Order: sequence, then structure tokens, then C-alpha cells
Amino acid sequence: MADQDMLENDQPLLVAESLSKSYGRIAACRDVSFSLYSGEVLAIVGESGSGKSTLLQLLSGQLAASGGHVSYRMRDGVTRDLATLGEAERRFLFRTDWGFVHQDPAQGLRMAVSAGANVGERLMAVGWNHYGRIRETASDWLGRVEIDVARIDDAPRTYSGGMRQRLQIARNLVTEPRLVFMDEPTGGLDVSVQARLLDLLRSLVAELNLAVIIVTHDLAVARLLSHRVMVMKGGRVIETGLTDQVLDDPREPYTQLLVSSILPP
Amino acid sequence: MTAMIDIADAKKTFTMHLQGGIELPVVSGVTFHVNPGECVVLSGPSGAGKSSILKMIFGNYRCDSGRIGIRHRDTLIDLATAEPRQVLNVRRATIGYVSQFLRAVPRVATIDVVAEPLIVNGMARADAQARAGELLHRLNIPERLWQLPPATFSGGEQQRVNIARGFISDLPILLLDEPTASLDAANRAVVVALVAEKKRQGVAMVAIVHDEEIRHLIADRIVDVTSFAAAA
Repeated sequence: MADQDMLENDQPLLVAESLSKSYGRIAACRDVSFSLYSGEVLAIVGESGSGKSTLLQLLSGQLAASGGHVSYRMRDGVTRDLATLGEAERRFLFRTDWGFVHQDPAQGLRMAVSAGANVGERLMAVGWNHYGRIRETASDWLGRVEIDVARIDDAPRTYSGGMRQRLQIARNLVTEPRLVFMDEPTGGLDVSVQARLLDLLRSLVAELNLAVIIVTHDLAVARLLSHRVMVMKGGRVIETGLTDQVLDDPREPYTQLLVSSILPP
Repeated sequence: MTAMIDIADAKKTFTMHLQGGIELPVVSGVTFHVNPGECVVLSGPSGAGKSSILKMIFGNYRCDSGRIGIRHRDTLIDLATAEPRQVLNVRRATIGYVSQFLRAVPRVATIDVVAEPLIVNGMARADAQARAGELLHRLNIPERLWQLPPATFSGGEQQRVNIARGFISDLPILLLDEPTASLDAANRAVVVALVAEKKRQGVAMVAIVHDEEIRHLIADRIVDVTSFAAAA
């Protein structure tokens, strides 16, 4: 029970305040504010061009904001404004406490080196240097994402799309990050492969108490994985709340349109 | 006695923006309370707003106005205004909901679907599965099905899995939406017995039950939802 009470009183992990990004006269992202807590999964939904991927880039410090701030509570408990981090500090954060799962695994993996090296590389980046232990941990993670350990020495270019995506997840989670960004992680996969991946993500997120910010245009993905959802349109957050509340009782015209556009299976 | 659920003047209207913004009033002036160990049954014809009220108590539907007071770990929380995180905490520790239909994740075995609420609250997997097995057994789901995902089960089997999942936790509030709708007499009797056990444990329940006989067996009080009919 102590853990649970802590959960109710703790500090946010990441806070966005009035984030904006414009390209010349085009505002890709306008005045977005929210707080994310440990173990919380937030889905950002909206159609192409709604600004959701821009927002993800702003939140993960890959894109400089035109206005507003993102602050993050570091592992030492100190909350820092991402804009004030040095390049080395930011890269270290990315290698240790954060993960980023790209829609296209080729963007998040090194396609020509072995699966084991893909996972092991993140460990070496945080100072692991014992080859046996790195390989053992990499094998363990391949197992956790349901990749046959016999494939550990094969390069991901020999893998199927679903396997590549699972390898990318293993590579991201091996350093036990507290926050993972995901950009359409199930996009471009067959439905059956998607279901398996979603199920895997769902159990890993719960098991590791991960905070996740996931961008998706698929409301079924949002429903299955997220606690909260933000609906974006024209660079603005137009509706936000508990996922089941927003999807079952949508308020805004655009959200009602999105929800009513889902084809029944 | 301190009520577990205390609803005052709650109101719900749907605005259908895709249909020219027509307003569908659902309920207004919803006011009732539920004490520990009591089962309140909502009555009224289809479309009177019974399920909507249940969803409002679970925080699934938002309220336009009024209060949805829930006793959560010795404090009173108003779900009508609570933050999403608070609503999730209330659902994890206080309110269980047995819906009419099972919404399960593909690939997850039945036994794990049922055990999940206990695991989420920190029980060891093996212990949680043991309790899930007992309940599935009581609800006549044969053991050979336990390792299969419930997606391919019959309607009645799925509902029994759903009931097992809803009744497994020791949550102080349970919301039941037609828990016996597609069950045979033997399984209806099991559900009636489960409700009686929850009452003895002091659980506060709100139920929707169309079957007169079942209603008579489980209701301590009946709240007529037609009195909350929203003025159009």
C-alpha cells in the first residue's frame, strides 16, 4: 500500500509548459501543456499533420521549441529544463533513462550489426564492459521480446518487420529507462503481428512501471496501451482525459468524428 | 454509517456534434447513496440511463454537473472533478466494474485475464492464479479452457470470465451491469451467491438486473431511474 500512496503523491516525471513550434508562419504545435508521472502511459492521437510527431520531437529534446519549456526529473531527483542541458548530458539521458521507439525499426537499429550487438551497444554506452555479462543480458532481452536466442548473431536486416520492431524495443529497454517515447510503433505491421507487439508492449510497460508517450493515429492502440489520451488537431490539444473517457464519451466535434470513424472488426 | 457512494444532483447530456449538435439529455438530478454491504439495484426501462449512471460512477462517462462522491481509502473523492490519475487510483483500489461484455487483450490466457486485477494490486502471480482458478471453477469454466484466450469462447463463457475478473478482487465497491444476462440457471445461482458473499464482506454494490427473480434475490434497495429522467 505504501507504494500506491506514493504513487498518488509523487512528483511528475516530465512537465511540458506552453510548448510551441512554428516553421515560419506555420504553427506545427501550439501551447501544449501537461504533466506525466512515473508508470503513466500517455497517447497522443490525431491524424497526419495534426502536430503529434512534432510534439514528440519537442518533448524528447530532438527539436528546439519556439516557445515554452520541457522539464524532466532526472535520476538524482533534480528537475531540469531540457533546454539547459548540455549536448553530452542530453545524449547521456537518451542512452540511459530514455528510450525512443521509431515507427521504422531501421531508424532505431543498426541494421548491419548483430542483434546481440544492437542490444549490447546500449549497455556498453552506460559503462558495461564484461563481454559475457553483456551477451547474457542481451540473450535474456531477446527472450523477453520473444526472439529466438539462436538468432542473436544475425543482423536485423535478416529479420522480419515484427522481429525488427521487437528488437528495437529490447534495445531501448535494456538500460531500464524510466521514460520511453514511441512514434507509431505498430504502424506498417500486419494486424496479427501488431496484436502480438501490443500485447508484449502492454506487459513490459506494466512490469517495468514505464512512463510512455506514444504517438499513434490508431485509437485501438491508444485504448489498449494508454491511461490518458491527448487529441491533437491543427497543432493544438483539443481534448484530453482518461483514455476510456475520451473514447467512450468524446466531447469535441473532431474527437467524435475520430471515434465514429473506426470500422467495427 | 458512512456511505461508500454518495451521488448528488448528477447530470449527463450528450451533445452529438456530427448530427448537427443535437443535445441528448440522459439523466439529471441523480441523487442516491450506497452503504457498505448493500446492493442497490437501478430499475427502469431500456434507455432510462441505468448504464450511463453506472458509467458515471466508474468515471467512464463525464458528468456535466453534480457530485459523484466515492469513499477511497478513508477520504471522499468527487469523481466528477477528479484528475485522471486519481480516477485510475480509485479504479485500482476501490471500484470494480463488471461490464456486459468482456474486452480482453488478444493472446492473454483466460486465467491471467481473471488474475490480473490481483497482480496489479501486488499479489504474487501464482497466488493470484490460484484464486482465479477457484473462481473459474465455481463459474463452471472447464480447466482445459483456462490457458486459452477468451476471445473464442461463447457469449455465456465470456461473461463468466468477465464475472470472475470482476469478483476476484477485494475492492470495496462493485458495479454490476447485467451480470446474469446470458447465463443459465446454475450459473445465475453462482452469481447470486457471489453477490451475497460480497455483501457479507461489506462491499457496496450497484447493479442493473432485468431478471425479476435475480433482482429480488440480490437487491437491498431499488432506485427508480425514471425519476432522474432528464427534461428534454
